Amino acid sequence: MAITFTVNGEKRTVDVPPVSRLLDVLREELHLTGTKEGCGEGECGSCSVMMNGELVNSCLVPVLQADGATICTIEGMSKNGEMHPIQKKFLECGAAQCGICTPGMVLAAHHLLEKTPQPTMEQIREGLAGNLCRCTGYQRIFEAVAQCATENAELLATSESK
Amino acid sequence: MRSNVTEYEMIAPATLEAVLQTMAAEPGEYLPVAGGTEVMVMLGVGKLAARKLLSLGGLKELRFICESDDVVTIGAGTTFTDIRKSKVIAAEFPLLAQAAGWTGSIANQNRATLGGNIVNASPAADSPPALLAYGATLEIVSARGVRTLPYSEFHKGYKKTALEPDELLRTITLPRKFAGWFQRSRKVGTRNAQAISKVAMAFVAKKDGGVVTEIAIGGASLREMPIRCTAAEDAVRGKTLDAAVIAAARAAMTGEIVPIDDIRSTGKYRVQVIGNILEEFLKELAQS
Repeated sequence: MAITFTVNGEKRTVDVPPVSRLLDVLREELHLTGTKEGCGEGECGSCSVMMNGELVNSCLVPVLQADGATICTIEGMSKNGEMHPIQKKFLECGAAQCGICTPGMVLAAHHLLEKTPQPTMEQIREGLAGNLCRCTGYQRIFEAVAQCATENAELLATSESK
Repeated sequence: MRSNVTEYEMIAPATLEAVLQTMAAEPGEYLPVAGGTEVMVMLGVGKLAARKLLSLGGLKELRFICESDDVVTIGAGTTFTDIRKSKVIAAEFPLLAQAAGWTGSIANQNRATLGGNIVNASPAADSPPALLAYGATLEIVSARGVRTLPYSEFHKGYKKTALEPDELLRTITLPRKFAGWFQRSRKVGTRNAQAISKVAMAFVAKKDGGVVTEIAIGGASLREMPIRCTAAEDAVRGKTLDAAVIAAARAAMTGEIVPIDDIRSTGKYRVQVIGNILEEFLKELAQS
Protein backbone atom coordinates (compact mmCIF):
# COMPACT_ATOMS: atom_id res chain seq x y z
CA MET A 1 0.00 0.00 0.00
CA ALA A 2 1.31 3.46 -0.90
CA ILE A 3 1.67 5.73 2.12
CA THR A 4 2.65 9.37 1.70
CA PHE A 5 3.81 11.54 4.57
CA THR A 6 6.13 14.41 5.30
CA VAL A 7 9.23 13.34 7.17
CA ASN A 8 11.61 16.00 8.45
CA GLY A 9 10.17 18.50 5.99
CA GLU A 10 10.37 16.23 2.94
CA LYS A 11 7.43 14.53 1.26
CA ARG A 12 8.05 10.78 1.06
CA THR A 13 6.03 7.91 -0.40
CA VAL A 14 6.61 4.31 0.62
CA ASP A 15 5.00 1.08 -0.54
CA VAL A 16 4.60 -1.09 2.57
CA PRO A 17 1.99 -3.31 4.27
CA PRO A 18 -0.51 -1.03 6.08
CA VAL A 19 0.09 -2.60 9.51
CA SER A 20 3.87 -2.07 9.32
CA ARG A 21 5.15 -0.24 12.35
CA LEU A 22 6.04 3.38 11.64
CA LEU A 23 9.33 2.58 13.42
CA ASP A 24 10.27 -0.05 10.84
CA VAL A 25 9.25 2.12 7.91
CA LEU A 26 11.42 4.98 9.18
CA ARG A 27 14.43 2.75 9.80
CA GLU A 28 14.24 0.22 6.99
CA GLU A 29 12.52 2.05 4.13
CA LEU A 30 13.77 5.59 4.76
CA HIS A 31 17.02 4.57 6.50
CA LEU A 32 16.41 7.04 9.31
CA THR A 33 18.13 4.86 11.88
CA GLY A 34 18.36 7.55 14.56
CA THR A 35 14.99 6.30 15.84
CA LYS A 36 15.79 3.30 18.04
CA GLU A 37 13.85 0.22 19.01
CA GLY A 38 13.93 -0.63 22.69
CA CYS A 39 11.03 -2.66 24.05
CA GLY A 40 8.77 -2.63 20.99
CA GLU A 41 5.70 -2.33 23.20
CA GLY A 42 5.37 1.34 24.07
CA GLU A 43 7.01 1.15 27.49
CA CYS A 44 10.48 2.63 26.92
CA GLY A 45 10.17 5.62 24.58
CA SER A 46 13.32 4.84 22.56
CA CYS A 47 11.31 4.99 19.32
CA SER A 48 9.68 8.36 20.13
CA VAL A 49 9.02 10.61 17.17
CA MET A 50 6.79 13.65 16.70
CA MET A 51 3.70 12.98 14.58
CA ASN A 52 1.50 15.97 13.74
CA GLY A 53 3.17 17.85 16.60
CA GLU A 54 2.53 15.14 19.20
CA LEU A 55 5.05 12.79 20.77
CA VAL A 56 4.26 9.17 19.84
CA ASN A 57 5.90 5.78 20.21
CA SER A 58 6.56 4.86 16.59
CA CYS A 59 6.57 1.13 17.45
CA LEU A 60 2.83 1.41 18.20
CA VAL A 61 1.78 3.36 15.12
CA PRO A 62 0.52 1.27 12.18
CA VAL A 63 1.90 3.15 9.19
CA LEU A 64 -1.55 3.45 7.65
CA GLN A 65 -2.43 5.81 10.50
CA ALA A 66 0.57 7.96 9.56
CA ASP A 67 -0.70 8.46 5.98
CA GLY A 68 -0.74 12.20 5.34
CA ALA A 69 0.98 12.97 8.65
CA THR A 70 3.88 15.30 9.37
CA ILE A 71 6.65 13.48 11.16
CA CYS A 72 9.81 14.72 12.83
CA THR A 73 12.53 12.25 13.80
CA ILE A 74 15.80 12.95 15.59
CA GLU A 75 17.40 13.53 12.16
CA GLY A 76 14.99 16.44 11.67
CA MET A 77 16.03 18.22 14.85
CA SER A 78 19.29 19.61 13.47
CA LYS A 79 19.15 22.33 10.82
CA ASN A 80 21.89 22.92 8.21
CA GLY A 81 24.33 20.73 10.08
CA GLU A 82 23.73 22.67 13.29
CA MET A 83 22.44 20.76 16.31
CA HIS A 84 19.19 21.79 17.93
CA PRO A 85 19.72 23.71 21.19
CA ILE A 86 18.35 20.73 23.13
CA GLN A 87 20.93 18.45 21.54
CA LYS A 88 23.73 20.91 22.34
CA LYS A 89 22.58 21.06 25.94
CA PHE A 90 22.50 17.25 26.20
CA LEU A 91 26.11 17.25 24.98
CA GLU A 92 27.22 19.98 27.40
CA CYS A 93 25.56 18.31 30.37
CA GLY A 94 26.86 14.83 29.60
CA ALA A 95 23.25 13.66 29.25
CA ALA A 96 24.09 10.88 26.76
CA GLN A 97 25.77 7.66 27.81
CA CYS A 98 25.28 4.63 25.58
CA GLY A 99 22.99 6.69 23.35
CA ILE A 100 20.09 4.31 22.75
CA CYS A 101 17.57 6.35 24.72
CA THR A 102 18.98 9.72 23.63
CA PRO A 103 16.98 10.34 20.43
CA GLY A 104 13.74 9.58 22.27
CA MET A 105 14.78 11.68 25.25
CA VAL A 106 15.58 14.64 22.98
CA LEU A 107 12.21 14.38 21.23
CA ALA A 108 10.33 13.97 24.52
CA ALA A 109 12.18 17.03 25.86
CA HIS A 110 11.31 18.93 22.68
CA HIS A 111 7.63 18.00 23.04
CA LEU A 112 7.65 19.03 26.70
CA LEU A 113 9.35 22.37 26.06
CA GLU A 114 6.99 23.17 23.19
CA LYS A 115 3.94 22.60 25.40
CA THR A 116 5.49 23.92 28.60
CA PRO A 117 8.40 26.28 27.83
CA GLN A 118 9.26 26.78 31.52
CA PRO A 119 8.69 23.38 33.15
CA THR A 120 9.30 22.72 36.82
CA MET A 121 11.57 19.81 37.73
CA GLU A 122 8.44 17.78 38.45
CA GLN A 123 7.05 18.57 35.00
CA ILE A 124 10.39 17.58 33.45
CA ARG A 125 10.27 14.27 35.31
CA GLU A 126 6.70 13.66 34.14
CA GLY A 127 7.45 14.76 30.59
CA LEU A 128 10.29 12.23 30.34
CA ALA A 129 8.64 9.50 32.44
CA GLY A 130 7.85 7.44 29.34
CA ASN A 131 11.52 7.31 28.33
CA LEU A 132 13.74 4.77 30.04
CA CYS A 133 17.51 5.11 30.29
CA ARG A 134 19.11 1.81 31.25
CA CYS A 135 22.44 3.54 31.95
CA THR A 136 20.29 5.41 34.52
CA GLY A 137 21.80 8.79 33.73
CA TYR A 138 18.53 10.53 34.46
CA GLN A 139 19.88 13.36 36.58
CA ARG A 140 22.02 14.82 33.81
CA ILE A 141 19.17 14.46 31.34
CA PHE A 142 16.84 16.36 33.68
CA GLU A 143 19.55 18.99 34.17
CA ALA A 144 19.99 19.40 30.42
CA VAL A 145 16.26 19.97 29.98
CA ALA A 146 16.12 22.36 32.94
CA GLN A 147 18.99 24.38 31.47
CA CYS A 148 17.27 24.49 28.07
CA ALA A 149 14.21 25.89 29.77
CA THR A 150 16.04 28.67 31.53
CA GLU A 151 18.72 29.58 28.97
CA ASN A 152 17.04 28.99 25.65
CA ALA A 153 13.38 29.69 26.28
CA GLU A 154 13.14 32.27 23.52
CA LEU A 155 15.03 30.23 20.94
CA LEU A 156 12.98 27.14 21.69
CA ALA A 157 9.74 29.04 21.38
CA THR A 158 10.57 30.01 17.82
CA SER A 159 11.93 26.63 16.71
CA GLU A 160 9.33 24.67 14.79
CA SER A 161 9.02 20.92 14.68
CA LYS A 162 8.86 19.65 11.15
CA MET B 1 7.70 -14.00 18.11
CA ARG B 2 6.81 -10.91 16.13
CA SER B 3 3.92 -11.17 13.70
CA ASN B 4 4.38 -11.09 9.96
CA VAL B 5 2.79 -7.79 8.98
CA THR B 6 2.14 -8.94 5.44
CA GLU B 7 -0.53 -11.29 6.84
CA TYR B 8 -2.64 -8.39 8.10
CA GLU B 9 -5.05 -6.14 6.26
CA MET B 10 -5.93 -2.67 7.45
CA ILE B 11 -8.39 -0.20 6.02
CA ALA B 12 -9.27 3.34 7.10
CA PRO B 13 -12.80 4.31 6.03
CA ALA B 14 -13.23 8.08 5.84
CA THR B 15 -16.46 8.30 7.83
CA LEU B 16 -18.16 6.63 10.80
CA GLU B 17 -21.00 5.64 8.48
CA ALA B 18 -18.54 3.77 6.23
CA VAL B 19 -17.00 2.08 9.29
CA LEU B 20 -20.42 0.85 10.42
CA GLN B 21 -21.31 -0.38 6.91
CA THR B 22 -18.07 -2.37 6.80
CA MET B 23 -18.79 -3.89 10.20
CA ALA B 24 -22.39 -4.67 9.15
CA ALA B 25 -21.28 -6.38 5.94
CA GLU B 26 -18.89 -8.74 7.73
CA PRO B 27 -19.76 -8.74 11.46
CA GLY B 28 -16.82 -9.68 13.65
CA GLU B 29 -14.38 -9.83 10.73
CA TYR B 30 -12.77 -6.47 11.41
CA LEU B 31 -11.11 -5.38 14.63
CA PRO B 32 -11.54 -1.62 15.14
CA VAL B 33 -8.25 0.12 16.01
CA ALA B 34 -8.20 3.60 17.50
CA GLY B 35 -4.79 4.68 18.85
CA GLY B 36 -3.24 1.23 18.42
CA THR B 37 -1.53 1.26 21.82
CA GLU B 38 -2.98 -2.15 22.70
CA VAL B 39 -3.44 -3.73 19.28
CA MET B 40 0.11 -2.95 18.14
CA VAL B 41 1.53 -4.49 21.32
CA MET B 42 -0.45 -7.67 20.60
CA LEU B 43 0.82 -7.57 17.01
CA GLY B 44 4.37 -7.13 18.23
CA VAL B 45 4.28 -10.27 20.35
CA GLY B 46 2.50 -12.34 17.71
CA LYS B 47 -0.79 -12.55 19.64
CA LEU B 48 -3.11 -10.54 17.42
CA ALA B 49 -5.70 -13.07 16.27
CA ALA B 50 -7.73 -10.69 14.07
CA ARG B 51 -6.28 -10.48 10.57
CA LYS B 52 -8.44 -7.60 9.34
CA LEU B 53 -8.11 -4.24 11.07
CA LEU B 54 -10.32 -1.20 10.74
CA SER B 55 -8.63 2.10 11.57
CA LEU B 56 -10.73 4.67 13.43
CA GLY B 57 -7.70 6.91 13.87
CA GLY B 58 -8.67 9.80 11.61
CA LEU B 59 -12.38 10.00 12.47
CA LYS B 60 -13.14 13.48 13.83
CA GLU B 61 -16.72 12.30 14.48
CA LEU B 62 -15.40 10.24 17.39
CA ARG B 63 -13.06 12.83 18.91
CA PHE B 64 -14.79 15.55 20.91
CA ILE B 65 -15.79 16.65 24.40
CA CYS B 66 -19.21 18.28 24.36
CA GLU B 67 -20.94 20.03 27.28
CA SER B 68 -24.65 20.57 27.79
CA ASP B 69 -26.50 21.73 30.90
CA ASP B 70 -26.90 18.24 32.34
CA VAL B 71 -24.14 16.10 30.86
CA VAL B 72 -20.66 16.01 29.40
CA THR B 73 -20.36 13.72 26.38
CA ILE B 74 -16.98 12.38 25.33
CA GLY B 75 -16.39 10.85 21.90
CA ALA B 76 -14.89 7.37 22.08
CA GLY B 77 -11.92 8.54 19.97
CA THR B 78 -10.96 11.23 22.49
CA THR B 79 -7.37 10.74 23.62
CA PHE B 80 -6.18 10.75 27.22
CA THR B 81 -4.24 13.91 26.39
CA ASP B 82 -7.51 15.55 25.22
CA ILE B 83 -9.11 14.50 28.53
CA ARG B 84 -6.21 15.91 30.57
CA LYS B 85 -6.54 19.23 28.71
CA SER B 86 -10.30 19.56 29.21
CA LYS B 87 -11.30 22.26 31.67
CA VAL B 88 -14.76 20.82 32.35
CA ILE B 89 -13.34 17.37 33.10
CA ALA B 90 -10.67 18.84 35.39
CA ALA B 91 -13.29 20.88 37.25
CA GLU B 92 -16.16 18.37 37.55
CA PHE B 93 -14.68 14.93 36.90
CA PRO B 94 -11.22 15.16 38.46
CA LEU B 95 -11.01 11.39 38.97
CA LEU B 96 -11.24 10.87 35.21
CA ALA B 97 -8.54 13.50 34.60
CA GLN B 98 -6.38 11.75 37.19
CA ALA B 99 -6.95 8.35 35.56
CA ALA B 100 -6.02 9.82 32.16
CA GLY B 101 -2.71 10.94 33.66
CA TRP B 102 -2.14 7.45 35.04
CA THR B 103 -2.64 5.80 31.66
CA GLY B 104 0.75 4.98 30.15
CA SER B 105 3.29 7.65 29.26
CA ILE B 106 2.61 10.97 27.57
CA ALA B 107 3.44 9.44 24.18
CA ASN B 108 0.80 6.77 24.85
CA GLN B 109 -1.71 9.32 26.20
CA ASN B 110 -1.33 11.20 22.90
CA ARG B 111 -2.57 8.13 20.99
CA ALA B 112 -4.66 6.00 23.36
CA THR B 113 -8.39 6.72 23.47
CA LEU B 114 -11.04 6.52 26.17
CA GLY B 115 -13.17 4.28 23.94
CA GLY B 116 -10.25 1.95 23.32
CA ASN B 117 -9.55 1.70 27.03
CA ILE B 118 -13.18 0.71 27.67
CA VAL B 119 -13.63 -1.72 24.77
CA ASN B 120 -10.27 -3.41 25.31
CA ALA B 121 -11.90 -4.42 28.61
CA SER B 122 -8.79 -5.08 30.64
CA PRO B 123 -9.71 -5.74 34.29
CA ALA B 124 -6.74 -3.50 35.20
CA ALA B 125 -7.58 -0.55 32.92
CA ASP B 126 -7.19 2.92 34.40
CA SER B 127 -10.33 4.77 33.30
CA PRO B 128 -13.11 2.29 34.30
CA PRO B 129 -13.08 2.95 38.08
CA ALA B 130 -13.76 6.67 37.53
CA LEU B 131 -16.35 6.02 34.80
CA LEU B 132 -18.15 3.52 37.05
CA ALA B 133 -18.11 5.88 40.03
CA TYR B 134 -19.51 8.70 37.87
CA GLY B 135 -22.31 6.50 36.53
CA ALA B 136 -21.28 6.83 32.88
CA THR B 137 -23.67 5.90 30.07
CA LEU B 138 -22.42 4.46 26.78
CA GLU B 139 -23.89 5.10 23.36
CA ILE B 140 -23.36 2.14 21.07
CA VAL B 141 -23.93 2.42 17.33
CA SER B 142 -24.21 0.05 14.40
CA ALA B 143 -25.72 0.16 10.91
CA ARG B 144 -28.88 -1.16 12.65
CA GLY B 145 -29.23 1.86 14.91
CA VAL B 146 -28.27 3.37 18.24
CA ARG B 147 -28.65 2.10 21.80
CA THR B 148 -27.56 3.34 25.18
CA LEU B 149 -26.31 1.24 28.06
CA PRO B 150 -25.23 2.08 31.61
CA TYR B 151 -21.47 1.49 31.70
CA SER B 152 -21.97 -0.70 34.79
CA GLU B 153 -23.68 -3.24 32.46
CA PHE B 154 -21.00 -3.20 29.76
CA HIS B 155 -18.42 -5.64 31.14
CA LYS B 156 -19.67 -9.23 31.10
CA GLY B 157 -16.60 -11.17 32.20
CA TYR B 158 -12.88 -11.38 31.53
CA LYS B 159 -12.42 -9.34 28.34
CA LYS B 160 -16.09 -9.94 27.49
CA THR B 161 -18.35 -6.98 26.74
CA ALA B 162 -21.93 -6.24 25.75
CA LEU B 163 -20.82 -5.19 22.23
CA GLU B 164 -22.27 -7.17 19.32
CA PRO B 165 -19.84 -7.96 16.48
CA ASP B 166 -21.20 -5.17 14.27
CA GLU B 167 -21.32 -2.54 17.03
CA LEU B 168 -19.00 0.30 17.92
CA LEU B 169 -18.81 2.45 21.04
CA ARG B 170 -19.52 6.04 19.97
CA THR B 171 -19.77 8.15 23.14
CA ILE B 172 -19.37 8.12 26.91
CA THR B 173 -21.74 10.43 28.80
CA LEU B 174 -21.25 11.68 32.36
CA PRO B 175 -23.96 13.40 34.44
CA ARG B 176 -22.93 16.85 35.68
CA LYS B 177 -23.94 16.41 39.29
CA PHE B 178 -20.68 15.86 41.12
CA ALA B 179 -19.59 19.43 41.82
CA GLY B 180 -19.08 19.68 45.58
CA TRP B 181 -19.08 15.89 46.11
CA PHE B 182 -16.31 14.16 48.02
CA GLN B 183 -14.15 12.58 45.30
CA ARG B 184 -11.07 10.42 45.70
CA SER B 185 -9.16 7.89 43.64
CA ARG B 186 -6.05 5.84 44.15
CA LYS B 187 -3.97 3.61 41.93
CA VAL B 188 -1.47 1.26 43.48
CA GLY B 189 1.22 0.25 41.00
CA THR B 190 4.86 -0.70 41.02
CA ARG B 191 5.98 2.77 39.96
CA ASN B 192 4.24 6.03 39.11
CA ALA B 193 4.92 6.14 35.38
CA GLN B 194 2.94 3.80 33.15
CA ALA B 195 2.70 0.84 35.49
CA ILE B 196 -0.35 -1.40 35.18
CA SER B 197 -2.31 -1.27 38.42
CA LYS B 198 -2.13 -3.80 41.23
CA VAL B 199 -5.44 -2.30 42.34
CA ALA B 200 -7.24 0.97 41.61
CA MET B 201 -10.31 2.58 43.12
CA ALA B 202 -12.45 5.64 42.41
CA PHE B 203 -14.81 6.88 45.09
CA VAL B 204 -17.50 9.59 45.07
CA ALA B 205 -19.90 10.40 47.88
CA LYS B 206 -22.17 13.06 49.30
CA LYS B 207 -23.27 13.67 52.88
CA ASP B 208 -26.26 15.43 54.32
CA GLY B 209 -25.66 16.31 57.93
CA GLY B 210 -23.65 13.32 59.08
CA VAL B 211 -25.49 10.87 56.84
CA VAL B 212 -24.00 9.49 53.61
CA THR B 213 -26.80 10.07 51.09
CA GLU B 214 -24.96 9.11 47.91
CA ILE B 215 -21.97 6.88 47.28
CA ALA B 216 -20.45 5.14 44.25
CA ILE B 217 -17.28 3.08 44.17
CA GLY B 218 -15.57 1.79 41.02
CA GLY B 219 -12.59 -0.54 41.05
CA ALA B 220 -10.03 -2.16 38.77
CA SER B 221 -7.99 -5.33 39.27
CA LEU B 222 -10.49 -6.41 41.93
CA ARG B 223 -11.86 -9.28 39.88
CA GLU B 224 -12.08 -10.47 36.25
CA MET B 225 -13.53 -7.18 35.05
CA PRO B 226 -13.87 -3.59 36.25
CA ILE B 227 -16.72 -3.38 38.81
CA ARG B 228 -18.97 -1.14 40.86
CA CYS B 229 -18.59 -2.21 44.49
CA THR B 230 -22.31 -2.15 45.25
CA ALA B 231 -22.17 -4.23 48.44
CA ALA B 232 -19.71 -1.80 50.02
CA GLU B 233 -21.85 1.11 48.82
CA ASP B 234 -25.00 -0.44 50.36
CA ALA B 235 -23.20 -0.91 53.67
CA VAL B 236 -22.63 2.85 53.84
CA ARG B 237 -25.59 4.53 52.10
CA GLY B 238 -28.03 6.11 54.53
CA LYS B 239 -25.66 5.61 57.47
CA THR B 240 -23.65 7.86 59.71
CA LEU B 241 -20.02 6.86 59.41
CA ASP B 242 -18.61 5.30 62.56
CA ALA B 243 -16.12 2.51 63.20
CA ALA B 244 -18.79 -0.20 62.94
CA VAL B 245 -20.13 1.08 59.58
CA ILE B 246 -16.61 1.37 58.17
CA ALA B 247 -15.79 -2.17 59.30
CA ALA B 248 -19.03 -3.44 57.77
CA ALA B 249 -18.24 -1.68 54.47
CA ARG B 250 -14.80 -3.26 54.42
CA ALA B 251 -16.24 -6.69 55.08
CA ALA B 252 -18.87 -6.18 52.35
CA MET B 253 -16.22 -5.18 49.86
CA THR B 254 -14.04 -8.16 50.71
CA GLY B 255 -17.05 -10.32 49.85
CA GLU B 256 -17.57 -8.85 46.37
CA ILE B 257 -14.00 -8.84 45.10
CA VAL B 258 -12.03 -11.79 43.72
CA PRO B 259 -8.53 -10.49 43.09
CA ILE B 260 -6.03 -12.84 41.48
CA ASP B 261 -2.40 -13.79 42.00
CA ASP B 262 -0.41 -12.60 39.00
CA ILE B 263 2.93 -11.15 37.95
CA ARG B 264 2.08 -7.77 39.52
CA SER B 265 0.85 -8.84 42.94
CA THR B 266 -0.95 -11.47 44.99
CA GLY B 267 -4.65 -11.76 45.67
CA LYS B 268 -3.96 -11.62 49.41
CA TYR B 269 -2.09 -8.33 49.10
CA ARG B 270 -4.79 -6.90 46.89
CA VAL B 271 -7.58 -7.72 49.38
CA GLN B 272 -5.61 -6.06 52.16
CA VAL B 273 -4.65 -2.93 50.25
CA ILE B 274 -8.08 -2.31 48.69
CA GLY B 275 -9.64 -2.62 52.16
CA ASN B 276 -7.11 -0.13 53.50
CA ILE B 277 -7.88 2.33 50.72
CA LEU B 278 -11.63 2.01 51.30
CA GLU B 279 -11.14 2.63 55.02
CA GLU B 280 -8.97 5.64 54.35
CA PHE B 281 -11.55 7.17 52.00
CA LEU B 282 -14.40 6.51 54.43
CA LYS B 283 -12.47 8.04 57.33
CA GLU B 284 -11.71 11.11 55.22
CA LEU B 285 -15.35 11.29 54.20
CA ALA B 286 -16.41 11.09 57.84
CA GLN B 287 -14.25 14.11 58.64
CA SER B 288 -15.19 16.09 55.52
